Amino acid sequence: MRFLTVSGPPSSGKTSVILRVIEAIQAREKKIGVVKFDCLLTEDDKLYAKKGVLVKKGLSGALCPDHYFVSNIESCVTWGHEHNCEYLISESAGLCNRCSPHINEITAVCVIDNLSGINTPRKIGPMLKSADIVVITKGDIVSQAEREVFASRVKQVNPGAIIMNVNGITGQGAFELTSLFEEASDIETLKGKTLRFSMPAALCSYCLGETRIGEEYQTGNIRKMDI
Amino acid sequence: MKDTSLFHKALTISLEEHPYIEDFLNSFGLDVEPGPNSLQQYLDNLDPDKLEDLGINYQQLCQSLNDFLAGMLTLKEPLDKVDSLTIIGGRDKSGNAENIDLVLKPGEVICIVGPTGSGKSRLLADIEWVAQGDTPTGRKILINNQVPDSKWRFSTEHKLVAQLSQNMNFVMDLSAEEFIRMHAESRLVTNPEEKVAQILKQANQLAGEMFHPDTPVTSLSGGQSRALMIADMAILSKSPIALIDEIENAGIDRKKALDLLVQEEKIILMATHDPILALMGDRRLVIKNGGINKLIESSEAERKNLKSLEELDNKLLALRNRIRSGETLEEI
Ligand SMILES: Nc1nc2c(ncn2[C@@H]2O[C@H](COP(=O)(O)OP(=O)(O)OP(=O)(O)O)[C@@H](O)[C@H]2O)c(=O)[nH]1
Ligand SMILES: Nc1ncnc2c1ncn2[C@@H]1O[C@H](COP(=O)(O)OP(=O)(O)OP(=O)(O)O)[C@@H](O)[C@H]1O
Ligand SMILES: [Mg+2]
Ligand SMILES: [Mg+2]
Ligand SMILES: [Zn+2]
Ligand SMILES: [Zn+2]
Repeated sequence: MRFLTVSGPPSSGKTSVILRVIEAIQAREKKIGVVKFDCLLTEDDKLYAKKGVLVKKGLSGALCPDHYFVSNIESCVTWGHEHNCEYLISESAGLCNRCSPHINEITAVCVIDNLSGINTPRKIGPMLKSADIVVITKGDIVSQAEREVFASRVKQVNPGAIIMNVNGITGQGAFELTSLFEEASDIETLKGKTLRFSMPAALCSYCLGETRIGEEYQTGNIRKMDI
Repeated sequence: MKDTSLFHKALTISLEEHPYIEDFLNSFGLDVEPGPNSLQQYLDNLDPDKLEDLGINYQQLCQSLNDFLAGMLTLKEPLDKVDSLTIIGGRDKSGNAENIDLVLKPGEVICIVGPTGSGKSRLLADIEWVAQGDTPTGRKILINNQVPDSKWRFSTEHKLVAQLSQNMNFVMDLSAEEFIRMHAESRLVTNPEEKVAQILKQANQLAGEMFHPDTPVTSLSGGQSRALMIADMAILSKSPIALIDEIENAGIDRKKALDLLVQEEKIILMATHDPILALMGDRRLVIKNGGINKLIESSEAERKNLKSLEELDNKLLALRNRIRSGETLEEI
């Protein structure tokens, strides 16, 4: 089973791109599974189900969705393998810009869009900087030169990645992206694999549900600004 | 190819010789200053905790820096020369063979015509992807009569194809001058200031109304943005092939625009419905049902008609200008 992790800022076009890739893979008559991780709510699972692919959805609620991802992804991979999926794709929204679902030796895709501003590539952490493939969407909304400038800003923070422009609506570029999905690593389990980058320690009293403000309520891993 | 000596020179020298190293480090949230230490010492002295906070580790940073420098070296290398582009026909949407072998040469303008959904964009995409029978059309693309290196497919430095798409919007918060400078810098051109001035000047000659270099790109008119992008493509892009999607729609001087692009010895493919642009091309490809259906060479008679079409067009243009300046058209 070929397994890929797809991540990216909210609304960057992850689902649209994956749907266009699914159409191209289905044309080759392959069985596909998708796992969608989100925080509070998602309708993406319905969009995937409509395409007739196998779907699992996980909502992290009060946890960081990437921490939740890493505690659950191994069973998801086993699930996909048991259902004889030939492709398994995970979609997770990067919410804190510091966590990243990317796993060593597993093809890692980051989706960001041309509208997010020229400084956004610098602000996104390992989710973008350690991805193997960076997909840039919404190129239809900007000019050629702006696409080039944006791509060069991405290239600067991840010079080793393959950078592709894909239109999430018309699917332009999706066929070409699919040929890269076909080269993703073939696995049965995630046992023994490691994350590409550690996730930040978020273990203060607020992680545990504290709501009151004030020194006396702050325990655990606390860091103070220089004021 | 790794230039290891660069890592052992004093930062004062390496930052001077390769100013983009500073911008690279800044983009990871790191500051660097000229000094006697070498780049290698600088990297070795970075605090691992600080790196972790920035979401990167030592190995990844070194790897990225190497990849980045390699990319910059590639940008400085001259582009492989393209003497010909060959399109070997595949099949149309019904599976009928196209039966065509088409060779295009630099300096040539080929127009692509055909109804909506007929496959014009697919043909352009096949060229951009340097298809090898691996797209829905089954077409093959040769460069200089050979199956080209697959580096063309993903290279951001040496793009085979530059595309001027129909959309000319901007979202970045930059002035026209800042935007073009950033674009020029990303392409590592020599004399960026000179190139920027040249582009702004050309753009103002193409556009109906003048604009100032300080104008935010987001407030340029449709015609001004288009003029800016055409000048930008003609002067900055080194890609040997240019794909143009319908330049007729906005208020710019089409003939000047095309002349500017052709000067640069590119192979130009242009999707168009405009009769003047279509006749300015050397040949026209007619696309039907996903396939190249016909190849028309512009004939002598057509070229003669181009003259009268241009006269008609100038007449219309003059009328347009009169309307603009508040005149009436009771007599034309
Ligand atoms: N114009 C344009 N719109 C796009 C493109 N790709 C996606 N969109 C639109 O952007 C919006 C968000 O796309 P999604 O695919 O839902 O984004 P996402 O990253 O999956 O979003 P979340 O899963 O909610 O984080 C939708 O309205 C899409 O139609 C594109 O290439 N061009
Ligand atoms: N030879 C072919 N075989 C199979 N599918 C094809 C072929 N040629 C084109 N197509 C498909 O047909 C659809 C429409 O083609 P395309 O978008 O290129 O049309 P177009 O001429 O650019 O239309 P428009 O004028 O609306 O931009 C696309 O999905 C494309 O992949
Ligand atoms: Mg989504
Ligand atoms: Mg089209
Ligand atoms: Zn997190
Ligand atoms: Zn916390």
